[in-house]
Amino acid sequence: MSLSETFKSLTSKPAHVVSGVGERIGDLPKVSRWSLIGVFIISLYLMPWWPKVPVLGWIVDTPGTSFEGVITDKVVIYVLVALGLNVVVGLAGLLDLGYVGFYAVGAYTVGILSSQHANLPWLVCVPIAVVVSMLAGVILGTPTLRLRGDYLAIVTLGFGEIIRISANNAEWLGGSRGISKIAKPPNIGPLKFGILDAKPYFFLGLTVIIVVVFLLRRLENSRVGRSWNAVREDEDAAELMGVNTFKFKLWAFAIGAAIGGLAGTLYAGKVRFINPSNFPLQLSILFLAAVVLGGTGNMWGAILGGAVVAWMPERFRGFADKRVFVFGVALVLVMVFRPQGLIPRKIRKERWLANWGPGASARQSAEEVSRG
Amino acid sequence: MADTILSVDNVTMQFGGVTALSDVTFGINRGEILGLIGPNGAGKTTCFNVITGVYAATSGAVTFDGQPLAGLKRFQITKRGIARTFQNIRLFPDMTAVENVMVGADANHKTSVGGALIGSRRHHREEREGRDKAMELLTFMGIADRAGDAARNLPYGYQRRLEIARALATSPKLVCLDEPAAGFTPAEKQELMDLIRRIRAQGYTVLLIEHDMSLVMGVTDRIVVLDFGKVIANGTPSEVQNNADVIAAYLGVPDDAA
Repeated sequence: MSLSETFKSLTSKPAHVVSGVGERIGDLPKVSRWSLIGVFIISLYLMPWWPKVPVLGWIVDTPGTSFEGVITDKVVIYVLVALGLNVVVGLAGLLDLGYVGFYAVGAYTVGILSSQHANLPWLVCVPIAVVVSMLAGVILGTPTLRLRGDYLAIVTLGFGEIIRISANNAEWLGGSRGISKIAKPPNIGPLKFGILDAKPYFFLGLTVIIVVVFLLRRLENSRVGRSWNAVREDEDAAELMGVNTFKFKLWAFAIGAAIGGLAGTLYAGKVRFINPSNFPLQLSILFLAAVVLGGTGNMWGAILGGAVVAWMPERFRGFADKRVFVFGVALVLVMVFRPQGLIPRKIRKERWLANWGPGASARQSAEEVSRG
Repeated sequence: MADTILSVDNVTMQFGGVTALSDVTFGINRGEILGLIGPNGAGKTTCFNVITGVYAATSGAVTFDGQPLAGLKRFQITKRGIARTFQNIRLFPDMTAVENVMVGADANHKTSVGGALIGSRRHHREEREGRDKAMELLTFMGIADRAGDAARNLPYGYQRRLEIARALATSPKLVCLDEPAAGFTPAEKQELMDLIRRIRAQGYTVLLIEHDMSLVMGVTDRIVVLDFGKVIANGTPSEVQNNADVIAAYLGVPDDAA
């Protein structure tokens, strides 16, 4: 069995039919549903204060490092990256082992445009960086997406390394010294993006994640998402049913790359200093681990996986040298007991079927529109 | 030519040294149910694969609706109006039955990333159309009661019918069914025969590969017989039944006659 087949068989066991939390929330009446979602989102914005809450604080706090720092520098970034990688790996079923490359392209674009070669403000750099990352995805994808399985995995692996090594060798990219004095996000009202307070960066990152989730949900519930799923399930059959598989695979790559690049811009704006050693191959593997751990193909899984992979090594800092080992054991345990990830991919619930009948669909779609 | 929807002209297909199809020529008339039969390994599925663009023929041409198919990608051939099912069921197992059919319906849709992101009118209209069409086809195939179930969880007979529904959803002019009755009981085969007739009555042209002779003889208008990659007979069911070459291919030649 090839590497990518093994990967697929490990991570795409029959999706669960059990009703999860999400489905139960979906079954609630509109008012309760939205108030629950609202409370959930507010509690996420309050995350910097979680360590002060009894019990929860003891669980989440990261002894030895600032919890605020962990959620800003790592959790937010990893979650965003996992969301992007999940489009490529989880939805379209393309094994990408060089995803860190797009993250690096995003961070470096901000570095070049705001410090190394120009003085553009951060906010101007972000859309440019997203477009550049997207182009990088298209440039990598156009020749390689004709390949399948293992070949794709190996080429993407090479891409991640090429980006890092090129950055290391090119003087105009700062070489191994990297780029410093990168622009920071502009102050928004009371949110002052400084050095001491990490909270504004966290709020910004969380807001970006919420927007990305909203947009990805729209894609998932459309012809695009359906095509990605079909390609993942059976690429030949999908093509013979009229799916332009190459086009949709390229879209998955481009969108994944854009989100990876976006995460890179947040990272660059926060740490304000990047060099090639920030983007090792190991990070690609860790990002993939986040998606697989969370649940390949499930957006909520990717979010949880990204958060856990980012946070866990910091939580176990008390184990000093052995923390990576503890982290590894924890990952293995999860994979043994929940091989499809913490939140497995679900069979889509066709809620509208319950009251489907002749003429019902116009009514239904009106409701769908208002639901968003 | 006017009523020939698909013509296969002198198609030869070689895999290395193996000749799977040798100078195959036949045509399908619009609105016809054409059976493609032959002993195991005769090249029936290879023939399907050449028509639907899975293989590029070594030589010869396939013309559909007056247009040559050479050089077209598989999805383009589907969009031109040729849909198929598979000998070994190839559904999208983790997608619901209705989603499977909607993938087929999407062949006629245009919404892409932009439209989906902004939630364009076309997106909503196409989603609605897709659902309506999918449910209509599932009802037509008699499997609408399990529309919300994952394809992998459907009973075998449902899966076979779901494949046909998915193929019909692409709005084809020609439907190619690759052994749709494989593994069916006689009662189910009877139902399938009715179904194929009803599909034709809806205006589709049907190309049917089938092993089951009673089904083929009962439902088709005309039969093309392949043996060792060559067309050995082409005619109405009764003509084919009495064709000496066909009898020899299926039953062998008696010793005293050889």
